[in-house]
Amino acid sequence: MTTTTLKVPPLGDFSRSMAALEYWLRAYRRTWRSSAVTAFVMPLVFLGAFGAGLGSLVDTDRAGGLGDVSYLAFVAPGILAGAAMQSAFSESTWPILSSRKWNGHYHAQAASPLTMPDIVTGHLLFIVFRLTLGAVAFVLIGALFGAFGSAWVVLAVPAAVLTGLAHAAPLIAFAVTRESDTDFSMLVRFVMTPLFLFAGTFFPVSQLPAAVEFLAWLTPLWHGTQLCRGLSMGDAGLLGSVGHLVYLLVWVVGGYALALRSYRKMLLS
Amino acid sequence: MIGRASVPRSTTEGEPDDVTVRKRVPHRTDGGEAARARAHQPETDSDPDVLISARGLTKEFGDFVAVDGIDIDVRRGEAFGFLGPNGAGKSSTMRMIGCVSPLTEGSLTLFGMDPEADGPAIRGRLGVVPQKDLLDEELTVRENLLVYGRYFGLSRSVVAGRADELLRFAQLSDRADSPVEPLSGGMKRRLTIARALINAPEILLLDEPTTGLDPQARHVLWDRLYRLKQQGVTLVLTTHYMDEAEQLCDRLVVMDGGRIVAEGSPRELIERYSSREVVEVRYPDFDLEPHRDQLDLGDLAERVEVLPDRLLIYTHDGDAVSRIVDQSPDRPVSVLVRRSSLEDVFLQLTGRSLAG
Repeated sequence: MTTTTLKVPPLGDFSRSMAALEYWLRAYRRTWRSSAVTAFVMPLVFLGAFGAGLGSLVDTDRAGGLGDVSYLAFVAPGILAGAAMQSAFSESTWPILSSRKWNGHYHAQAASPLTMPDIVTGHLLFIVFRLTLGAVAFVLIGALFGAFGSAWVVLAVPAAVLTGLAHAAPLIAFAVTRESDTDFSMLVRFVMTPLFLFAGTFFPVSQLPAAVEFLAWLTPLWHGTQLCRGLSMGDAGLLGSVGHLVYLLVWVVGGYALALRSYRKMLLS
Repeated sequence: MIGRASVPRSTTEGEPDDVTVRKRVPHRTDGGEAARARAHQPETDSDPDVLISARGLTKEFGDFVAVDGIDIDVRRGEAFGFLGPNGAGKSSTMRMIGCVSPLTEGSLTLFGMDPEADGPAIRGRLGVVPQKDLLDEELTVRENLLVYGRYFGLSRSVVAGRADELLRFAQLSDRADSPVEPLSGGMKRRLTIARALINAPEILLLDEPTTGLDPQARHVLWDRLYRLKQQGVTLVLTTHYMDEAEQLCDRLVVMDGGRIVAEGSPRELIERYSSREVVEVRYPDFDLEPHRDQLDLGDLAERVEVLPDRLLIYTHDGDAVSRIVDQSPDRPVSVLVRRSSLEDVFLQLTGRSLAG
């Protein structure tokens, strides 16, 4: 699934994109330890608090109205998708601004044979790499909690990565145009947090008022949580899953096209 | 692949200061034909030694005309300079030459190719030293080179060998594994030059290479650039320092307000636009017009310029002028006779001091 998302035209010479990815991997070597710890601690905290803690309350006498599904099994795939989205927000904002304004590495790349598609693809590949690490760690910890009812959960990893990428692509298009990072904290407060809370992570969006439920359907995160949930619980319908997949791909492709446009505008003036 | 992926490697150990320089390569036959046809410049078409050719080169940002229809030809092996104050259009010109800024009007070819169509191939043969270093300060000195070499399609082993060679050239071998952040400004600048040389470029573009460096660091840098020039690398640089232009450039253009106002070697420009010598006279007060009026220099003064803090008297005989000034009733604080410089050329051409 993730490989499909990368064959977005115009890709340019793929080896050049890989050279751009190499830069990000080398820079990542400096911080991988702390990020690896976070990748394992974060699911422990969330699954502990919501799955085991809140879940014990919800599951008592089936108060949560989830039928015979435990709250842990319901919330774990939601948090998997939501965490991928959160990770996409942090990877696609500050580092982008830094590459254009602070350390300026994008300009150094633009002076080399790398083209705008190479620079954008290289950075998105790195974000895919980070998202993959996070999703794999989450599924491993979730399995220890006994959160998944189906082996199909393996496919929830690429599904979560795709969910993250559907956010990352439009986000980098926006972030590269910013002159300071003040907008990013607004973005986290007023976009990321409401998404995380209301787009089907912690409760079915059918619980929301009809108008808000409709809004939730439009968010890529809702399609991500539904896709991951279907796979992890093993009750994914083919048609529904393909629909979610296509919707997420639309965001990836659209975001990529926007990113190319704004990168060209900002770096090739 | 990207450009020519292989870089000639040095066959002899040679002087430790030597860097491998791309040898003259035969003219490319793939690509670029269309660009040459479009650029309709018969005189450069037939001359593969003209590496950069611009006609009517124009860059506009909205209503602001940064570069206003300039013509340039840079030949292989030359050190070519753009001299002018901030805002003259030097950096905009350099960005167009570096193929990271589309032209608004006019034509530009590098190595006979069109930046619009062959950007990656052209950039593969350029080295760029931008005004800001744009180094990754968290990576080590060596890592900055390793990462950058990969952008040119060079294999890891070629890049590693090249990095060691360039670190010696930039006198940074002992700092190879240090992060960039704590390095001095001069060291960072040398690293930026080393990075720009990773692909053994035929043309090195330097945008204000020594701005912000102390005098010693500037001289070290000039020495390195001079070596590159001796090895046949074509240098194209911008500067607002007259001494830098005089030190490094075989030929330069003086830019002002987006236009080229003069062109030639530093010596030619001085001979054409200034006198042999200049006498600088300072007085205790700054009301200088009356002091000028009471000096009777006759034919000795070709021109007298009144600056806010001093008079500049352009003459072929500085000593004679100096004697007259000394004996004049207005007592000057100081009288200095010096040779004419590019600063005087700039003053003559634009009526303004370069340093601003």
